[in-house]
Amino acid sequence: MEQELALFYFLVLGFGVLMYVILDGFDLGLGVLYPWLDDDSERDTVMRSISHVWDGNETWLVFGGVVLFAAFPTAYAHLLSSLYVPLVLMLFGLILRGVAFEYRFKSVRSRRLWDAAFFGGSTLAAMCQGMVLGAVVQGGDMVGEMFVLHWFTPFTIFTGLSVVAGYALLGSCYLVLKTRGDLLMRAARLGRRLVVVMMVSLVIVSLWMLYSNEWVRTRWLEGLNALYLLPMPVLSAVFGFWLYRALDGNECGARPFWLAVGLFVMGFVGLVAGLFPFLLPHQMTLWELHAPESSLWFTLPGVLIFLPLVLAYTLWGYRIFAGKVEDFEEGY
Amino acid sequence: MELDAAILSRMQFAFTVSFHILFPSITIGLATAIAIWEGLWLKTRNPVYFQLAKFWIKPFAVTFGMGVVSGIVLSFEFGTNFSGFSEKVGPVLGPLLAYEVLTAFFLEAGFLGVMLFGWQRVSERLHFFATVIVMLGTWLSAFWILSANSWMQTPAGYELVDGRFQASDWWEVVFNPSMPHRVAHMLLAAMLTASFIIIAVSAWHVLRDKTALWAKKSLSMALWGTLVLVPLQIFVGDGHGLNVKEYQPVKLAAIEGIWPEHEQPLPLVLFAWPNMEEERNDYEVAVPHLGSLILTHSLDGGAQGLKSVPPEDRPYVPIVFFSFRVMVGIGFLMLFVSLWALWLRRKNRLYENKPFLTVARWMWPVGSIATLAGWYVTETGRQPWLVEGLVRTMEVASPLPAEKVLWSLSTFVVLYGSLLLAYLYFMRKLLRKGAPSLEALESQLNAPDLPGYAKALVKQVADKPTEGGAR
Repeated sequence: MEQELALFYFLVLGFGVLMYVILDGFDLGLGVLYPWLDDDSERDTVMRSISHVWDGNETWLVFGGVVLFAAFPTAYAHLLSSLYVPLVLMLFGLILRGVAFEYRFKSVRSRRLWDAAFFGGSTLAAMCQGMVLGAVVQGGDMVGEMFVLHWFTPFTIFTGLSVVAGYALLGSCYLVLKTRGDLLMRAARLGRRLVVVMMVSLVIVSLWMLYSNEWVRTRWLEGLNALYLLPMPVLSAVFGFWLYRALDGNECGARPFWLAVGLFVMGFVGLVAGLFPFLLPHQMTLWELHAPESSLWFTLPGVLIFLPLVLAYTLWGYRIFAGKVEDFEEGY
Repeated sequence: MELDAAILSRMQFAFTVSFHILFPSITIGLATAIAIWEGLWLKTRNPVYFQLAKFWIKPFAVTFGMGVVSGIVLSFEFGTNFSGFSEKVGPVLGPLLAYEVLTAFFLEAGFLGVMLFGWQRVSERLHFFATVIVMLGTWLSAFWILSANSWMQTPAGYELVDGRFQASDWWEVVFNPSMPHRVAHMLLAAMLTASFIIIAVSAWHVLRDKTALWAKKSLSMALWGTLVLVPLQIFVGDGHGLNVKEYQPVKLAAIEGIWPEHEQPLPLVLFAWPNMEEERNDYEVAVPHLGSLILTHSLDGGAQGLKSVPPEDRPYVPIVFFSFRVMVGIGFLMLFVSLWALWLRRKNRLYENKPFLTVARWMWPVGSIATLAGWYVTETGRQPWLVEGLVRTMEVASPLPAEKVLWSLSTFVVLYGSLLLAYLYFMRKLLRKGAPSLEALESQLNAPDLPGYAKALVKQVADKPTEGGAR
């Protein structure tokens, strides 16, 4: 039973991370896009379109963290301490952009400063997340008792930049969903370019991994695996192409956003497929790292009861604020 | 003292957690006050309550935002800076934190959007519901965090397997011996912190503008509140003290400045300079027998002293000793202000008495100072243990190079310092503006196709334009 529970938590962890990447992805992405927006009123609209959700979105990051802590404490300890610098930098970024939401609307003279904090913080956080991701998929070494990840390599810098671009793509699709007029047109134009960037990076990252990492190469190319895994690259290509077509400026609904989400899901599943069942890649698996059974059982009802509940009221919250951002809404 | 990574990690954690705790302790109390006002508005339809809810929701939101961003840091620091601790104690503490996120963190975040931005999107009842849920979320969050912290103070329901802690009885883990005391003490502290901010801001507005009915209302309500909360806090604090005496005698000895292995009867040390080298108090001013009376509820009860454990198992006494006196001193200051207000009220001079209002307007930081002081007592008093008697703090820090931690610590200091300044600046700006007038509230809500909340208010104001005394 212990084995099945550990696998269950691995899936919960993956789900949490995916939720985070998609949800905070689009609102971090809006921060990345900030300099490409023209005037104050456009920026106001962009801020308003996410000010009621960013906090909830970010909670998924904390959720991912505590699931790792509760179910795989040893992995939590090793991963977080070996990724000290990029994680602390990410936190600085998240802090800066988080306070920018509160202070930007209340400031007059310092508004530029908060704009810069929102852009800089979002971009820094996205970049660091991409580098952490790169470091994890690249794998680490055990040096004595310590697990060491290399977070500052050409590969991680590339994955960092890819995540920045990917989040910006999600952000622009979100704008297509939430805004009207010039802003929507601009978002669609930016989105089109970003799809191309994202598709190219996906291809480069995939080839880079296959070329440089023996474990990943075996996993993907051994036996019939390539056949089973084929839907992922194929669907990614389909979603990417379709998204490019959808972002022609005539679309003002949710389709581009969902296609971008689909693209992210495929990329994420592809990565997990390359890593499974490692938690400290490619050193220790989830079977070796999970918490004692008593901890796994204790948290289980919490996850089974509250996670669906969380999803339900999160969805409800999004529905209340569905539709385009309205000008008359002044907030609290 | 050499600055190795372990010391620096401790400094960083102490600094980031001290910064963080300022904000939730305010939002727990403010969320409660806002829910009360919104509920009263729905019940009585007195617009003053609506003004108050709308006024305080802004400082609440700003403070909440600061709490969120600084809280995320903490959830990572266990792993980044105390990997040994995470590995050893994670199986016990991890699930508690997971429950916090699942039952409280998401709840707050999920309903906060509706509470802050939903005025024009949902009906008034649904809005009130969201406010109440946010309030419950803040309470639940405090419950889980303090449960986890209490377990580290008074561990129970665990067994050690291969150097790692495992829960043998989760009920005992969650409801460990000091948990009820700590939760009650902290929630009351939060209510008091927010109350005195409300009192200070209201007093300032009353001083400036005698016709500000909303300010008089909140001043009066908050003062009634503290009249109940302060004595209750003294009672709860006393119970907490007895619990510390039973489970953490060394911490108690540091709090009271007791040095001999066993002292009986206990004096109450009002002031002293604890001298750790010579293991005694310098310049001591003490009341004989009073310590026994307070701590053992008898005239000549005794207690364990600091010398009962070797020096390396003692906390750094002066911090514990002085922080405790700061906390208790502020508690009595709060009691004094509340009683003064009661006395003025009986003479019908609560809103006229300048000296009182002037003292009251300067009470805004006292709750936060007392909360911090209380945390220093509880956290430094537990040292050198991270888990009382079981895990030493210095042994579980991450094996990081000292420069890395020095870099992150100094950046945190600069970043948090600037943020605190920005926070104080914007709070001052917001709070000085005062409650929005009813006309302003009306025009703000008077938009096309609004659901219940806004319409009800607009109608209400149109029906009875002067009732409740708009400014």
